[in-house]
Amino acid sequence: MGNQPDIAAGRLTDSDYAENFSDVHPPLDRKAALIEASRCYFCYDAPCIEACPTGIDIPSFIRKISTDNVRGAAQDILDENVMGGACARVCPTEVLCQEACVRNTQEHKPVQIGLLQRYATDAVMDDAAHPFQRAEPTGKRVAVVGAGPAGLSCAHRLAMHGHDVVVFEAKAKAGGLNEYGIAAYKVPEDFAHREVDFILEIGGIEIRNGQALGRDIALADLRRDYDAVFLGMGLGGVRALGLEGEDLGGVYNAVDFIADLRQSDNLASLPVGRKVVVIGGGNTAIDIAVQTKRLGAEDVTLVYRRGPEAMSATGHEQEFAQVNGVKIKHWAQPRQIRGAHDHVTDVVFEYTQLDDNGRLGGTGDAFSVPADMVFKAIGQEMLPLPQANGGSELLEMDGACIAVNDERQTSLPDVWAGGDCVAVSEDLTVAAVQDGKLAAESINRFLRS
Amino acid sequence: MADIRCDIAGVKSPNPFWLASAPPTDKEYNVVRAFKAGWGGVVWKTLGEDPPIVNVSSRYGAMTYNGTRMAGFNNIELITDRPLDVNLREIKQVKRDWPDRAMVVSLMVPCEEENWRNILKQVEETEADAVELNFGCPHGMSERGMGSAVGQVPEYIEMVTRWCKKHSRMPVFVKLTPNVTNVLGPARAAKAGGADAVSLINTINSIMSVDLDIMAPTPTVGGKGSHGGYCGPAVKPIAMHMVAEIARDPECAGLPISGIGGISDWRDAAEFMSLGAGSVQVCTAAMHKGFKIVEDMIDGLGYWMDGKGHATLEDFRGAAVPNVTDWQYLDINYETVAKIDQDLCIQCGLCHIACEDTSHQAIAAQKDNGSRRYEVIDAECVGCNLCMHVCPVEGCISMVEVDNGKDYMNWTQDPRNPMNQKAAE
Ligand SMILES: Cc1cc2nc3c(=O)[nH]c(=O)nc-3n(C[C@H](O)[C@H](O)[C@H](O)COP(=O)(O)OP(=O)(O)OC[C@H]3O[C@@H](n4cnc5c(N)ncnc54)[C@H](O)[C@@H]3O)c2cc1C
Ligand SMILES: Cc1cc2nc3c(=O)[nH]c(=O)nc-3n(C[C@H](O)[C@H](O)[C@H](O)COP(=O)(O)O)c2cc1C
Ligand code: SF4
Ligand code: SF4
Ligand code: SF4
Repeated sequence: MGNQPDIAAGRLTDSDYAENFSDVHPPLDRKAALIEASRCYFCYDAPCIEACPTGIDIPSFIRKISTDNVRGAAQDILDENVMGGACARVCPTEVLCQEACVRNTQEHKPVQIGLLQRYATDAVMDDAAHPFQRAEPTGKRVAVVGAGPAGLSCAHRLAMHGHDVVVFEAKAKAGGLNEYGIAAYKVPEDFAHREVDFILEIGGIEIRNGQALGRDIALADLRRDYDAVFLGMGLGGVRALGLEGEDLGGVYNAVDFIADLRQSDNLASLPVGRKVVVIGGGNTAIDIAVQTKRLGAEDVTLVYRRGPEAMSATGHEQEFAQVNGVKIKHWAQPRQIRGAHDHVTDVVFEYTQLDDNGRLGGTGDAFSVPADMVFKAIGQEMLPLPQANGGSELLEMDGACIAVNDERQTSLPDVWAGGDCVAVSEDLTVAAVQDGKLAAESINRFLRS
Repeated sequence: MADIRCDIAGVKSPNPFWLASAPPTDKEYNVVRAFKAGWGGVVWKTLGEDPPIVNVSSRYGAMTYNGTRMAGFNNIELITDRPLDVNLREIKQVKRDWPDRAMVVSLMVPCEEENWRNILKQVEETEADAVELNFGCPHGMSERGMGSAVGQVPEYIEMVTRWCKKHSRMPVFVKLTPNVTNVLGPARAAKAGGADAVSLINTINSIMSVDLDIMAPTPTVGGKGSHGGYCGPAVKPIAMHMVAEIARDPECAGLPISGIGGISDWRDAAEFMSLGAGSVQVCTAAMHKGFKIVEDMIDGLGYWMDGKGHATLEDFRGAAVPNVTDWQYLDINYETVAKIDQDLCIQCGLCHIACEDTSHQAIAAQKDNGSRRYEVIDAECVGCNLCMHVCPVEGCISMVEVDNGKDYMNWTQDPRNPMNQKAAE
């Protein structure tokens, strides 16, 4: 039967790969930065500050850019957000700082805060002198689990306060989803790795790779051996569709494929289907759709069960996917993944609608989309809690995530948590950085009291 | 369209837009290009005696403000660096080819009657329309006892002007320096000496910036800098004040004025003319954008005059002069308060912080579950205009006149004036 799956590597030329996976938003040069900086009004009680989860003093850093005080600008940013460089690249600014910018009101054109932030942070990242100093050593030791944005932000702030930090990271590299998850064209040129190095320059932080909580270490041991513990494990699990055909060949978790892509040093060696179906409506769905398209897939169809407003991907990201040639179909849910010879051939979807009570339901009408590859991107979830392996007390949960108070303290008095694994998280890099910072401040108060 | 032909001190031009004595008028090539572009007249780059002066390399400094280049401009050039006979020959040729344009020749020679008599005779032969005495150059030439070194001493101005009137039939314009405490001294001296008109302002003593790497002022010449002459948009307010002072001075009554200083467009020109200027002269704006800017000056002024019903320049020339007065005659009882158009407001808070930190605490910052609102407290507002100036949204804050029922009263009449209290005792 002529139904062989068409999955192949090397669909593009080398220069196409290079172009498709280089910086989506090229950096501003000095002249462009000065012009953009001059657009900022230096607002009083600036709404943009309030809209930044880490509370960066945006008018202040932009004013410093405009006077060529780039070091001062970067310091303003990094003081509040040590991953200001990553955030400048990955934040959905259109729903954060830039949405709040007062220049939207009259001109619908906010100050390009993200690009300016990148201009300032890029300038100091390669600088010889690390822009932070450690306080006098306190002799206290803190264990951090997970070297993602939450864990690294927490570790850096703790080190700054004079504490010594050991970070236990399950994977071979630090950086969390900055290293393994964010779309390649947002953080090209090994940026995640360079940023980790930058953060570690402060000193006093030891990263132990290949150390997984629950496998190699236990929470109880950490609590015994350290003065405080911070949990920043993110979401290790992937939600399943629970559908017939889900285990056929050619059906992938989007995050696993993205991790492979991010770790690949030769994109031409990555096989990709001619026809790709993506199921989901968030960041991950958009990212896998665009990246497979940019790897040379011919038809990429993203199917989401509700309308565009309900997608957790922002309008800007949806538009970005469409501009990249991704076809987005709304109001349809997967019913069955069909295959032949143990490999997917197509996905059957049923149209959906809201009933009078606003509940989503199928209409009974179905259609099918042919596929060589199917990506599941309906969300990640926290892996079962690690304290099963040695923890004597249970962490209080909130749904599937760890419950924390405003200071990111868990139900255990010496354990804090933050980032994607806590219930209050917004699942954004910038929110994880803020969690780590808040927790570190709380831990510092705890250790010094 | 309105008639914008210009006649000042008997010098006629098809429009009031002249190029000031400077690099744009340094030689035939430039001036012919200017006339082709439409300029009404030129004041030729200042002539001196041979041998010609020598200029340094690296001559201009500029002030970029908030991305606006050449908001202010300065130079350390001297007068023409070409031989006198070359300039005179070219002047004669251009005047012959462009008889309808104003050709004024700027001059600067040592302060001896003989020197002035000599050069005037040679200029007369070119059939130029007038001469302009450069008593303004603030650098280089002043160190040699010329330029502003003369312009700062009214007696010298009067003396040299008198010589020029004696030895020439041409109208004499006296170009004044702003580097004085009161421009009326030099202006009155020019009039007393028989000047047909004054031109002002020349450039202002200035240091544009300091190069912090080499620790020297700019423009830098081999590691050193010297003060230069400041001009461009930034000096317009200073120039207009000086023009207005002369225009409203009874002793200078009837003395025609050629306005100079930061004029870049028809509106600037109209402002100078409303303060009494008969013609206007432009340098920096032309050096920044080229001669073509005169097109907008010509039709912009014409359309504006049409809109206002002015048929000729005389219809509005000096119209603002009667409204320039001394502080003591302003109406103390006049009252305005700021008003914010909430529909236009973008909540930047600049009005609040300006008034709160530096003025009268008259704009309240309100926050009502996350949404900001800025509201004027009428009782606290003194009507200073600061908020209106800082607001980035055009027309969002206006100053509204308050009808307080009080009649006109100025400071000389005000009982709070200690002088009046003394008189009453
Ligand atoms: C595909 C994708 C694209 C995204 N794009 C964006 C974007 O463009 N912009 C944005 O703001 N956000 C984006 N996000 C979300 C963002 O990446 C996360 O919110 C952020 O990384 C959360 O940081 P974290 O530190 O909590 O978790 P993570 O980044 O997940 O880091 C957790 C770390 O803990 C380690 N770990 C896990 N379990 C253990 C264990 N048991 N023991 C030891 N170590 C462990 C992991 O290996 C990892 O290094 C994206 C997410 C995904 C999945
Ligand atoms: C509204 C206003 C009022 C001023 N009043 C005075 C004054 O009373 N006495 C004084 O010496 N200078 C006064 N100045 C001048 C300032 O002190 C300062 O010299 C001038 O503004 C130049 O500085 P700047 O333009 O860089 O701000 C005043 C300036 C402003 C703007
Ligand atoms: S809201 Fe916009 S204009 Fe105002 S400070 Fe922030 S970036 Fe600048
Ligand atoms: S006019 Fe002056 S005093 Fe009145 S509100 Fe505005 S800034 Fe304040
Ligand atoms: S300065 Fe203007 S726009 Fe800004 S808050 Fe005040 S009134 Fe509104």
